[in-house]
Amino acid sequence: MIGLQHYLTVSALLFSVGVFGILTRKNAVSILMGIELILNSANINFVAFSRFTTGGLDGHIFAIFSIALAAAEAAVALAIILGIYHRIQTIDVDKAQELKG
Amino acid sequence: MKEPIISAILFYFFAFLTLGSAFLVVYLSNIMRAALSLLFSLIGVAALYALMAADFLATAQVLIYVGGILILILFGVMLTQRIYMAQAFAGKGQVIPGAAISLGLALCLIVSIWSQHFPSPGHLGDFPTTGRIGRLLLTRYILPFEVASVLLLVALIGAAFLARKEVK
Repeated sequence: MIGLQHYLTVSALLFSVGVFGILTRKNAVSILMGIELILNSANINFVAFSRFTTGGLDGHIFAIFSIALAAAEAAVALAIILGIYHRIQTIDVDKAQELKG
Repeated sequence: MKEPIISAILFYFFAFLTLGSAFLVVYLSNIMRAALSLLFSLIGVAALYALMAADFLATAQVLIYVGGILILILFGVMLTQRIYMAQAFAGKGQVIPGAAISLGLALCLIVSIWSQHFPSPGHLGDFPTTGRIGRLLLTRYILPFEVASVLLLVALIGAAFLARKEVK
């Protein structure tokens, strides 16, 4: 029987994969993909707790808001990445260090 | 009797699809292929929502993530042409500690999940959720709903402002 803990396990593994992507990539777009994986794992948790406890649909509402925020975040992040690309002709995050003191 | 077995098979299939493509997202050095495996990972998550009887969320996941965010990311990949030249990974000095950190994190999370006893629910949620979600959004969650719409407007105007060519 598939229960709450199975879904939480999938979500934990997805979260760790996303963290690994953020930690090891140098490419800004790849880091953005890692962030999307982490947001998805959080959403799985929301929906799983909403399904397997008596909390009603509040978890679904939270997941909807988090999807909307993820859309806004992706749009702004890609605009920033394009801005960095126009400025220094690369999206290697190690090269974008003009503000470094 | 048959239904739990089928749903278990479906769960493991989509869990492996999601996790396998998520691993490819962080493993492949060709960023275009990584974006394409992100597609399969997001679809797998949508299927997991469907298995949890979250019909509206499964649809929203496909529409917004696959139809919106992934297309945005692909645009980002294609608009920054030198993307293929950029070195995909940080040096070995960063990959090994990163792998250690994320493996340790996964281990801690899984151990704490399985050592916890969650009370089993009296009954699982009812299936059609869309109508109730709509009613909740327009009654109890009306303020966050409106704030989110303003936030989306602000974020999209800001994104258009940031990405435009500078006018001298």
